[in-house]
Amino acid sequence: MLRVEGLYTEYPNEKGEIVRAAQDVTFTVPEGKLFTLLGPSGCGKTTTLRSIAGLEKPRAGEIAVNERIVYSSSKRVFVAPNRRGFGMVFQSYAIWPHMTVFENAAFPLQVGEKRRSRQEIRDKVMRVLTAVQLDHLADREATKLSGGQQQRLALARALVMEPQLLLLDEPLSNLDAKLREKMRFELKRLQRDLRITTIYVTHDQSEALALSHEIAVMNEGRIIQIGSPRDIYERPASAFVADFVGSTNFLDGDVLGPDGGDGRYRVRTEIGEVSVHAPEALRAHEKVLVSVRPEDVELTEAKPANGVNVWEATVDQKVFLGEVVDFQVKLGARALLSRQHPSLRTPIGHAIYVQLNPEKCVALRAA
Amino acid sequence: MQTDVLHKGTAFGAPAAPDDRPRFEWAWIVIGACVLVTMYLALIPLGFLIWQSFFTPQTAEKAAQFTFSNYSEAYGSSETWRLFRNSLIYALGTSTFSFVVGTGLAWMNERTNTPFKTFFFALSLIPLIIPSILFTVAWILLASPKIGIVNLAIKDFLGIDTPLFDIYSMAGMIWIDGLHYSPMAFLLMSANFRSMDPALEESAMMSGANVLQVAWRVTLRLSWPAIFATILILFVRAIESFEVPALVGLPVGIQVFTSSIYQAVHRYPSQVGLASAYAVTLLAITTVGVYFQSRLSSRGSKYATMTGKGFRPRHIDLGRWRWFTASIFIVYFLLIVILPFTVLLWSSFQKFYSVPSWQALHNLTLDPYRFILTYPSLLRSVWNSLLLSVATATVIMLVTSVICWIVVKTKLKGRWILDNIASLPMVFPGLVLGLSIMIFYLNVDVGIYGTMWIMFIAYVTRFMPYGLRYNTTSMLQIHKELEESAAMSGASWATTFRRIILPLLKPGLVAGFIYVMIVSIRELSSSILLYSPGTEVVSIVIWELWENGQYVELSALGVLFILALFVLVMVAQWLGKKFGVKE
Repeated sequence: MLRVEGLYTEYPNEKGEIVRAAQDVTFTVPEGKLFTLLGPSGCGKTTTLRSIAGLEKPRAGEIAVNERIVYSSSKRVFVAPNRRGFGMVFQSYAIWPHMTVFENAAFPLQVGEKRRSRQEIRDKVMRVLTAVQLDHLADREATKLSGGQQQRLALARALVMEPQLLLLDEPLSNLDAKLREKMRFELKRLQRDLRITTIYVTHDQSEALALSHEIAVMNEGRIIQIGSPRDIYERPASAFVADFVGSTNFLDGDVLGPDGGDGRYRVRTEIGEVSVHAPEALRAHEKVLVSVRPEDVELTEAKPANGVNVWEATVDQKVFLGEVVDFQVKLGARALLSRQHPSLRTPIGHAIYVQLNPEKCVALRAA
Repeated sequence: MQTDVLHKGTAFGAPAAPDDRPRFEWAWIVIGACVLVTMYLALIPLGFLIWQSFFTPQTAEKAAQFTFSNYSEAYGSSETWRLFRNSLIYALGTSTFSFVVGTGLAWMNERTNTPFKTFFFALSLIPLIIPSILFTVAWILLASPKIGIVNLAIKDFLGIDTPLFDIYSMAGMIWIDGLHYSPMAFLLMSANFRSMDPALEESAMMSGANVLQVAWRVTLRLSWPAIFATILILFVRAIESFEVPALVGLPVGIQVFTSSIYQAVHRYPSQVGLASAYAVTLLAITTVGVYFQSRLSSRGSKYATMTGKGFRPRHIDLGRWRWFTASIFIVYFLLIVILPFTVLLWSSFQKFYSVPSWQALHNLTLDPYRFILTYPSLLRSVWNSLLLSVATATVIMLVTSVICWIVVKTKLKGRWILDNIASLPMVFPGLVLGLSIMIFYLNVDVGIYGTMWIMFIAYVTRFMPYGLRYNTTSMLQIHKELEESAAMSGASWATTFRRIILPLLKPGLVAGFIYVMIVSIRELSSSILLYSPGTEVVSIVIWELWENGQYVELSALGVLFILALFVLVMVAQWLGKKFGVKE
C-alpha cells in the first residue's frame, strides 16, 4: 500500500517565480487498488506522481510504500528514483529508440542491483512480453512499433521487475480514440489480475471513472475530493468537481428550508422553486449552487403525472451525436442542457416538459 | 492481455528490505571532473594573458614587474591606430564581401529554380575542407603581380605591361579571405531561408503585397537577426584570421592585429608584453562581436521563423535567367575550388615554379612529391596531426557531452555560467589562445612546454565550443522521459549516461567528432606559437616550406593534404551514416 502525507512541492518557473505545484496532498492507496489523480493541466497531479517516483523532490511531507519510507522531510530521507523499484509508464512512453523491443523490456533487469543470469532475464522478459502480446515482436526495433504497441511495451518494461507500485502518467493520451477505449479495458483487466497497487494520472474524466477504484480530484495543487467513481460523479462535493467531472447545469439559489428530511431541501432558483439533495446540512437563506447532469434533465412531450420539479419549456437547439441527442431547452431566459435518447424528436420551437429528479439535483454550498 | 502467464492472483513481489541509506554516487566525480577541466581550460589562459599584459618580461636577472608600459607603448604610437584601422577595414571588407556572395548564392539555392542546385549545394561544402593557408598560397600563385598565372595570362593576352591584379594589397587580402569565408555565409543564410515558414510570405502575398513588398516588408524583416548574426560571426572570423594577413599582408607592410602579435613574439628579444596588450585589444573586439552574435541568435527564437521544422518553400521561376544563375554557381565554384586546386596541382609537378606553357609542360616531374615523401619531418608531422586531432575530438566530445547534459537536463543553479564558460574560448582568436597558453606554461613549469601536450591543451580549449554546440543540438532532442524511465528502471546515473544518453547522442557526437577532427588537422594559428622541433603538425610543415620559398614542394604536400582531408571527410560521413542512430 502507498501512503502520501502532507506533500508540498514547489519549483521556480522560467521567470524565477515560485510555482506551488502540490499543497498538502494526503491520501492512502490500499494494496492492489488503482487510484487516480484527476484534474486539469497544471493542477499538480503530475508533480504528485513524479514526487512519488522520486523524479522530483518535494519540499515537505512523507511518502511510504508498504511502510518503507522513500521520502520524508522530517526524517531527512530521500531515496533516489533508481533505488525505489517502482514501475512507471510515461506519457511519451519513453521507449528507447536505439534498442529492440526485447532490449527495452530487459533493461530494468540488467541495470538493477541484483545480478541475474542471462536465462533468467530471458524468461522474465518473454513472460511479460507475452502478457502484453508483444512476444512475437521481441526482436523488432522499438521504433517500428505502432502507438498501441509502444504503449504496451512501456507497460511491459514497467512490470518486468515486478514492482510494488505502478505509476502511470497519462498513458492513454497519445492514442487515438478507438485504441484508447480498447486499451482502457486491457489496462483494467491487467491491473485487476495482477493486483498491483497503481497510481494513475489523467485529465480525462471518463478514463478516471472507467478505471479507478478511487479517484482524487485535484485543482490548484490541492485535492478537492476523494471518492469512488460513483461518488465523484453523483455526489460532487464542490462546483469544481461537478463541472470538471462530466458536464453539468448549474443553478444559483437560496435555501428556503428542509423538505421532509433525508438531506432534502427546497431552494429558490432562477427557474423557480426546486427540491434538491444536499451532501451536507444547509441552513435557510444560505446561497447554494445546484448541479444537475444533462442526463438527469428529463424531457417529455406529455405533462408528467406526479409533479415535483416540473416546468414547461421550449426546445431551443438540438445537436445530434449518434447514440444521444443534446437538447438545449429554455425556461424563460434560462437555458438548460439535456441529454436524451434519439427517439425523442420534438422539433425546435415546440413546447416540452422538463422534470428534475430531486435526488439528482445536488446543492453545493456556494464558495 | 494474457495475465495468467504472470503470477496471477498474487500481489506483485514480496516486500524486500532494501538498503535506503544515501550512497556515494560516481556521477559527482565525473561531473566534477568535467566541470573543473572546462573551467581550467577556459579561464586560465585568459587570466594569464591579462596578467602578462601588465608585466615586464621575466628574465633570469630580473623578476617581472608591474607596468603599464605595454599598453602605453601599444597605444602611444600612431602605428597602433593604423593597425586598428587596417584591422577594421580588413574585417569589415571581408565580412561584407563574403556575406554578399554567400547570401546571393543561398537565395539562388533556396528560393529559385536554378538547375543542378542540389549538386551545387554539395560542391559548395568542399571549400570548407581546404585549409586557409593552402587557399591563401594558391591565390598568391594565381594573382601575385610577378608570378601570378592569371596576371601573366592577361598580360600576354592584352599585351599590357602592368599586372592587372595585385594580390599584395588590402583588396587582395579581402578577396582571398572573403572567398574563403563565403561558404560559411552561404550555409548560415541557407539555414535561415530554409527555416522560414513559407506561409508567412504567402499570407503577405494573399494580403495583396507584390514580390518586392514581400521581400522588403516580410522576408528581410524576418531575416534581420540572422543577417546581423551572420555578419557578426564573419567579422569575428575575419579579424582573428591569421594566414592571409601573415602571408599576403606582412610582405608589403599591411599589418593587422594578428600579424602584429605574431611579429612581436618573433622579434628578438621577443616582446610578449606588447603582444599581450595587442591580444587583449583583439580579444575585447571579438568578445563584443561574439556577445552580440549570441544575443541575436538567442533572440532569434522570438521570431517565428526559427521553428527548426523543415519547410519546403515555393521556388521562384527564373525562366531563362536560371541559366544565368547556374553560370554564377559555376564561376563561383571555379574561383573557390577549381582554380586554387589546379594551380597547386600544376606547380606540384614542376621542378621550379613556372607559369603554364608548352615549355613547362615538357618539364613535368614528380620530384616535388619525391622530396615531400622523403622530407624528414613529414611522417612525424602526419602522425602528430592525426594523433592530436583524434585525441582532441574524442576528449572534447566526451567532456562536452557531460557539460551539455548538466546545462540542458538538470536544474542546477548557475548552470548557465557553465555554458558560458565552456563557450568562452569562442572569443579567443587562435593566435591569442596560443599566446596565452604559451605564457601560462612558460611561467608555470609543469613540463609540458615544448611537448605535444601543450598543443593538445590548445586544441581542446579552442574547439570545445564547437563540440558543445553539436552535443547541445543533439541533447535538446532527447526527451527527458527517456532518461527518467531509465532511472525508474533502476539504472544509476553512470549506467543511464552510458547506455541511454550517449547512444541517443550519437548523431551529434559523430558529426561533432568529424568536425572537430577536421578543424584540428587544419589548425595553424595557435600551433604556430606552440610547436617546437619534433612536435610539428602538417600545417606547420606547410608554413615552414612557405617561409623557405619551397613553393613546388609545398604544392605537392598541399595537394596530398587536400586529397587526404577529402578522403577523411568521405570516410567519416560514411561511418557516420552507417553507425549513426537509425531513423
